[in-house]
Order: sequence, then structure tokens, then C-alpha cells
Amino acid sequence: MTARTWREVPGVLHSWDLSTGVDGPGTRFVAFLAGCPLRCLYCQNPDTWHIRDGDATNAGQVIDRAARYGPFTTRGGGLTLSGGEPLRQPEFAGALLTGAKEAGLHTALDTSGFLGARASDALLSHTDLVLLDIKSWNPVTYKRVTGVELEPTLAFAERVAGLGVPMWIRFVLVPGLTDAPENVAGLARFAAGLSTVERVDVLPFHRMGAAKYERLGIPFPLEDVAPPRSELIARVREQFAAAGLVVS
Amino acid sequence: MTETVTTVAPTAWRGFQGGRWRDRVDVADFVRANVRPYSGDAAFLAGPTGRTSALWNALTAMFPVERERGVYDVDATTPAAITAHAPGYIDRDNELIVGLQTDAPLKRAIMPFGGLRMVESSLAAYGYELDPTLRRVFTEYRKTHNAGVFDAYTPQILAARKAGIVTGLPDAYGRGRIIGDYRRVALYGVDFLVEAKRLEKSGLDERPAIADVIRDREELSEQIRALGELKQMAASYGFDISGPARTAHEAVQWLYFAYLAATKEQNGAAMSLGRTATFLDCYLERDIAEGRLTEERAQELIDDLVIKLRIIRFLRTPEYDQLFSGDPTWVTESLGGMSDDGRTLVTRTSFRYLQTLYNLGPAPEPNLTVLWSPSLPAGFKRFCAQVSLDTSAIQYENDELLRPYLGDDAAIACCVSGMRVGRDMQFFGARVNAAKALLYAVNGGRDEVSGAQVAPPSAPLTGDVLEYDAVLAAYDRTLDWLAATYVDALNTIHYMHDRYDYERLEMALHDYPVRRFLACGIAGLSVAVDSLSAIRYATVTPVRDAASGLVVDYVVDGEFPTYGNDDDRADDIAVWLVQAFMDKVRSRPTYRDAIHTQSVLTITSNVVYGRHTGNTPDGRRAGEPFAPGANPMNGRDRHGLVASAVSVAKLPFESARDGISLTSTITPDGLGRTRDERITNLVGVLDGYTTAGGFHMNVNVLDRETLLDAMAHPEKYPQLTVRVSGYAVNFVRLTPEQQRDVINRTFHDKS
Repeated sequence: MTARTWREVPGVLHSWDLSTGVDGPGTRFVAFLAGCPLRCLYCQNPDTWHIRDGDATNAGQVIDRAARYGPFTTRGGGLTLSGGEPLRQPEFAGALLTGAKEAGLHTALDTSGFLGARASDALLSHTDLVLLDIKSWNPVTYKRVTGVELEPTLAFAERVAGLGVPMWIRFVLVPGLTDAPENVAGLARFAAGLSTVERVDVLPFHRMGAAKYERLGIPFPLEDVAPPRSELIARVREQFAAAGLVVS
Repeated sequence: MTETVTTVAPTAWRGFQGGRWRDRVDVADFVRANVRPYSGDAAFLAGPTGRTSALWNALTAMFPVERERGVYDVDATTPAAITAHAPGYIDRDNELIVGLQTDAPLKRAIMPFGGLRMVESSLAAYGYELDPTLRRVFTEYRKTHNAGVFDAYTPQILAARKAGIVTGLPDAYGRGRIIGDYRRVALYGVDFLVEAKRLEKSGLDERPAIADVIRDREELSEQIRALGELKQMAASYGFDISGPARTAHEAVQWLYFAYLAATKEQNGAAMSLGRTATFLDCYLERDIAEGRLTEERAQELIDDLVIKLRIIRFLRTPEYDQLFSGDPTWVTESLGGMSDDGRTLVTRTSFRYLQTLYNLGPAPEPNLTVLWSPSLPAGFKRFCAQVSLDTSAIQYENDELLRPYLGDDAAIACCVSGMRVGRDMQFFGARVNAAKALLYAVNGGRDEVSGAQVAPPSAPLTGDVLEYDAVLAAYDRTLDWLAATYVDALNTIHYMHDRYDYERLEMALHDYPVRRFLACGIAGLSVAVDSLSAIRYATVTPVRDAASGLVVDYVVDGEFPTYGNDDDRADDIAVWLVQAFMDKVRSRPTYRDAIHTQSVLTITSNVVYGRHTGNTPDGRRAGEPFAPGANPMNGRDRHGLVASAVSVAKLPFESARDGISLTSTITPDGLGRTRDERITNLVGVLDGYTTAGGFHMNVNVLDRETLLDAMAHPEKYPQLTVRVSGYAVNFVRLTPEQQRDVINRTFHDKS
């Protein structure tokens, strides 16, 4: 943010949404930034993979839009950057977080952490909460689920904790893929060792994205996988709780 | 004032504060002087007693038969009146609050003064026959409201009514939406009220006997007569209500007798209760302080009152059910709100009313309505949100919009219609079909379904592509005609209703002179708006039927913004339409100089309106339901509940003072992951919506799967309650078509 102000920083936005209780605390303006290097098997937003699928805009326009919802988002809510992978456009993401803080909004960054190295300390200083999706603890499974390496995510998690930024860890539970007890236990141990983790969200795999795949003409990779049964969800939640974590 | 009052009042009014209300009827002043605001949480509440549950279970055992047959029983021979039926009981020894509309629970009465046709066809629908003597009485000797209206309707009104561009008119039964101030009977007793009415009448003694004055004198005499009948009806149950209630038990009973008398006399479309909880709280808390009542007993009294309110029944036709489905009675009770002096009007009894949804299980009636303000105490807000999560049975209205306009003793009639209790009444006006009117504009005033010339002939739009300016100009002219025809119809209806089916008892519980509203309304807002947006921002090519020359379909090329996404391009059209129609209505003279108002509300008639409306330029297919009320069209609000609500909140309240209805459905997951979080977040949404200027919100917290299962297995969900449009219904009592409509609405889920 040198000569030009944050308002003029260009970026590509896939879409925006207002959600309550699912993208961080309260009602939030969620900016979905276009582009993602991961190809998670269960991705529910395959329409956000490519930068070309978004609309060119700038941070000022997005924050002006977000500011319209002040009556909702300033009461325990805020702004969340999601995607896609928001750190695919680090300068744009940084500008949005700066602008949101100027507008008095609580900020959350919903990320896989894979591109965490691109998040500057300045960017993280404008981030009130990191929603860190750790898709698997086992590196082989991680690569199978996402197509990329696990290590950058772990390094990012440790760095965020070191900077004192609160974190919610999110884990998508897919039967037969990420549900192995040792996989969950390893992730639970790691998360429990991060001093700023406030809670863990266990997100049961669902098929709501399947329709988008059909529209885009892409085969849905988990076509034959059913959502996890409640016993399995309970077991996994218990594993995180046993590590001393708050599970919601 | 009277002997009765001066001798009984000192005991009845022991411990009450304030003075003004003692000398003249002023319940609002009494509440202000005696309210005990409660800012705590729900922990004090008591569950149901065995007695309460047994009483309620006796009734619920009768509901399946009623649901299956449509009615449980009918007294087909006794025209309803305040004193027409002998006393009736559910379980005499175990009822704390007594009184039924007829001599047995769920037995419906006939009310021929509104219209004999309605009585005859509803009796026929359920296998009963009209007594020939009654038929003769109400055709040869005594005219009905319905007969009067049709004597005076113009051919233009009849054509508009037949085409369904104006429908739901209360021209065949009671108009409703009048709230008697039933609290007055508890606070003052009947004799004091009669004396006050005599004074009002004698105030007219020096006036010249012109039509208006003669009518007022006759009405006041009728009011006094009705108050006498109320006393007589209560006496038949063994109560002398000539003086004020002395205990909370009596206060609940007196108040209920007054309401009951109204429902014995009138089958109004909405028979709302008013704002009674905080009033009754003054009595309940006094009795608790005196050691006369326990919390458990206080809750039992409210539970018993609510049991009675849940079994208010009117005899309706199946056609009526198409419009207002699920047998609603709109026993609307307004809870909470703030006072003009900045205190909250939330009391422990506000909680006790909501607690009935747990003690008796969820139910659509009474229509519990929270007057919401961000300033309400946190404990109450959280309890309301919790009740919404658990029952989907309550609705919210913006106290911050209502209070500056109507003061702090206002209540909602029906779904969204605000009025000062005992000071205002309204002439209920149903609504016009704004989407169909747009099609008339395109087709030169001809109906797109029947081909009939309904509006005055004008040049149809002939171009290959619809031009926005040309369409708008034609639409404007069509709306001029519609507003004129509509207000003429309403004036006719209310003239005749006053004459042949006057609400004697309800009006006896109003001040004289009363302020009257003419409550107009529009349906199909989102369809009309999106259609205009398509014409303006995309390319719309009309498809003409070769034989009739009528435009019967529209081909849309390109994208266009839709209402419900906080996109000003579309939302501004909605604002324009609401304002424009209000202005047109305002330019027409009204019966009894009623003040023009307007609502954006459909109740469940959005389904019927849709069925009778052809293809529209927004891509909606002929026959497809409209969105309810002011809702964006199903599935077109793509940015979540909040963006959708923000669009609706832009509609100007000053042009829709009779209310703007938004029905929202959120899945539990769409509010958060834990129960506590969901409660916090729903409170945040309601605070935000109120602050943004939104007027009304029905809140459903439901899964689509639950509703689908309830369609397939209704027996599993006897009490499943869903907010539809300004009221709640038992989901399993909706028609299959309406059930599908509810399921097809936008569910705001986690994204």
C-alpha cells in the first residue's frame, strides 16, 4: 500500500454473499475471491477455481458494498474473505482487510493456508480471525484430497499462532477419505498445540455442490460418497474434544 | 363515575398507581402507570401442570377428526349472537377460564348477517343444510351485508372482481381487522363502559340530525346494547362483570369474555386480540406480591386463556380456504415493544405468553407477534429467538416504525396492520394484483387469460420489443383505473358492512369518535418489479396469440437485475410501484373519510393470484404462484437472507403504513453451529433488519427435508407450525399446492 490507497487496488471477485453463523461469528459480508490452486475432491465452489470466472473490481467498490450492511455486520458479525482462495490475490485481499478495518468491521480470512507465505505480516495484522481449513493431517491423504502439499498449511498455522491471531480450525469429514482415527488424532494434537486456536469446526461432507458440477459439466469426484453418519461425526468431534479443543 | 365504580373500584384497583385512567377510559395510561418492566431471562417460567396438559390433550384428541372432515361440528340452526348459545365447556371442573363460542368446543356457529351465501355454501361443503326458515328470514325479512354490497357494485367492479385483478374482498362475510380494547372490561367493568358510551352519545344531542350524526347515534345505541348482552353472556357462565375485575384470575376471565363476545358476533377475517400481556401482568404481579398466586398458577391462567384462543373457529367455504389457508383466525397478540418514555413494555407476562408454545406445543394461534426494537432487554430478545428456533411460530414487527406513528399502545391486527388499541379501526381492503395489471397495460386492458375487456380499452402495445417507457406509461394509466375501481369497491363494502353487519361489541370497546383507515393492498410486487426490470435491462419480445391478438408470452434475452439482491436498479422499481399506487389510492375519496393506507401482504393468496395470472415478462410461467407479501420471487434472492431483507426494507413505510410483509425461511445451519450461536445470530439479524428500516419478518427456522417428510407423513407432524405470510399455519392443514409453494420458497442456507 505505497502510493495508491487500498481503495484502488484491483482484484477479481467471484461473488458476494451475506451469511449468518457459518463464515465466522455473526452475520458477515462474505467476499468470494476468484481463483484457487487447490482442487479439493469435495469442493462446493468449483465455479471459483479460475480467476477468469470472476468480475474485475477494486477494493473500494467491494468495501462500499460491504458497508451497506453495517446494521447487520457491526453487531457481532463482520467481513470474511473466502473464495476460491483469497491469498491467490494477496494484494487485493490485503486491501480489502485494510478497508474493512477502516470501516470498523471485524475481519476473517477463510483460507486453506497453502498460499500462506503470500500473506504479509501487515495483512495478518488486519485480520481478526483466521478460518484455517486443514483438509487432512496425513500428507498423502492431503495431497489426494487437494492436489497439493500439506506442509505450507502447517507452516502458516504456526506463523499465525506466533503472531497471536485467533484461529478456528475447520476440518471437512469425508467418510472413507479423511475419517481415519489416526488422521483425526494427528490433526487434533497439532491444533491443540497452536496457542491461538479458539475452536474446531467439524464440517460433515455434504453434496450441495454437486449441482454446480453438473452445470459446469465437470464430473463430481465424490459422486458415490454419502454424508457421514451421526456416529462417525460424534466420534471425530470427541477426538478433537479429547485433545482439549472446543468443538462446535 | 357510577355508583358501581365508586363502591367496587377501591378494592378492585388496590395498589394500582396513577390517576388519569381512573376517571375516564384510558387503558394506555393505566399500563404506563403500572407496568413493571422485566429485564431478566426466562429462568422463572413454569412448565405445564397436569391439569393444563389434560385439558389441552382433551382438545387435541378432537383435532384429527376436525382436520379430516374440515369441521368438527356445526350448529346449523342458531344464528350466532353474543347471547345466542347456552354456556359451553371443555371440562367444566378443570377449566380455569371458561367460555366457548357455542355450547361445545370446536362446534362452529353460522353468522348470516355477513352473507347468507357464505353460510349456505359452507354448510353444503360439510354436509349440512340451511334451515328453510332461516333462509326465508335472511332473504325476505332481513338483508345481509353481502346482499347490500351486490346491490351497489358497479359493472366495472364486478368485472374486476371476476377477473381476479381485485380479490379477497370482504364482501361475503365479516371484514374483521378490528380490535376491541378487551382490556377495558377487566379494568373498568361493563357498567362504567356503558356510562362512558352514554356520555359520548349525549355529546351529540345538540348536533343537527344529518345522516352522519344519525348513524353515529344509532351505532352508539347498538354499542350500549351489545355491552348489556356481554354482561348477560358472562352471567350465563355465573360471572357478574358489571364491575371491574378484582383479581388476576378475574381480569383474565373478564378480558376473555369480552373477546369471546366479539367472536360470537362477528366472523371477521381477522379477529385480533390486541396488546393484553403487559396489561394482565399488572394483575398477575399484584396477586403474586399479595401471595394470592404462584408462578405456576399464573402460568396456568395464561395457558388456559391461550387454549381458548387456539379453538376460536369460524365456518368458512373451501374457496375461502384457497385464499387464506389453514383455517386461520388471526388472534393476533402484540408482545413487548418500548414505551414513549424509553422504558420497555416487556414484562414477565410477555414471557408467559411465549411459554405457552412450550407448555402446549407449537401452534399457529394465537398469532404471537413481537414488537421488536434493538432497545428491548437482552433476555427477552434471546427468549424470542429461542422460541423462533424451536417453534417457527412467532412473527416480528418493527416497534421503531410503529411507535412514532401510533404511540406505545398500538397493536397489530391480522398480520401487519398497526392501530392504536381502542382508538383506531380499519376498513379491511384485501388487495389488487399488481402483476396482472402490468399484463393489462400490455394488452390494452384485456385480460390475458379470458380475453375479456376488463379495464377501459386502450391501444395495446404493438412493437416487436417492449419499450420500457411505453410500458411504464401504459401501466401508470392502468393503475389509475385500478385504484379508482378498487377504492369504489371498498367504499361500497364498508358502507354496507356498517349498515348490515356492524361490529357492535368491538366498536363499543373503542373511543368515540374512532379514527378509521382504509386499508388497501397490493399483491404480486416482486413479479411486477422483476418484469419491469426485464423490460428495462434485458430485451423482452412479446409473443402474440394469432387468433386473439393478445400477448400471451414473453421471450427474454439477456440478464436483468432482480428484486431481493440489494440491487438498486431493481429495488428502485419496487419503491416506485409502492409509492405510485399509494398516491393513486390517496387521490380517491373514502367512505367516512377513512385515512388511506396500503399493505404489501398476500397472506396465502399468492398461490391463487398466481394461478389466475398468465405468463409474465420476468420469465414466470402462467399459473405459477407469486412470492408472498413483499418477498422477492422464490429463488431469485441469491445473496442470502440479509440482502433480501435489505431490499424489502427499502420499501417506504410512509407509503405502506398498513404493513410490509417479509417471510423468511432459514435452515438451522444457516444461523450457526451451536444453539447458543443461533440464538445470538438471530437476535443480530432482527436488530439489523429493524435498524435498516424493515417492517415485518416472519421467521421460520426449518429444513426442507422436514417439510417434505411432513407432506408424506402428516400424522407425524400434527403441530408443525410454519409462518406463511403474516400468520402461521399448521403445515399439515395447507392444501398440497400451498405446501409445495412453501417448500419451493427460498431457504437461506449456509453457502
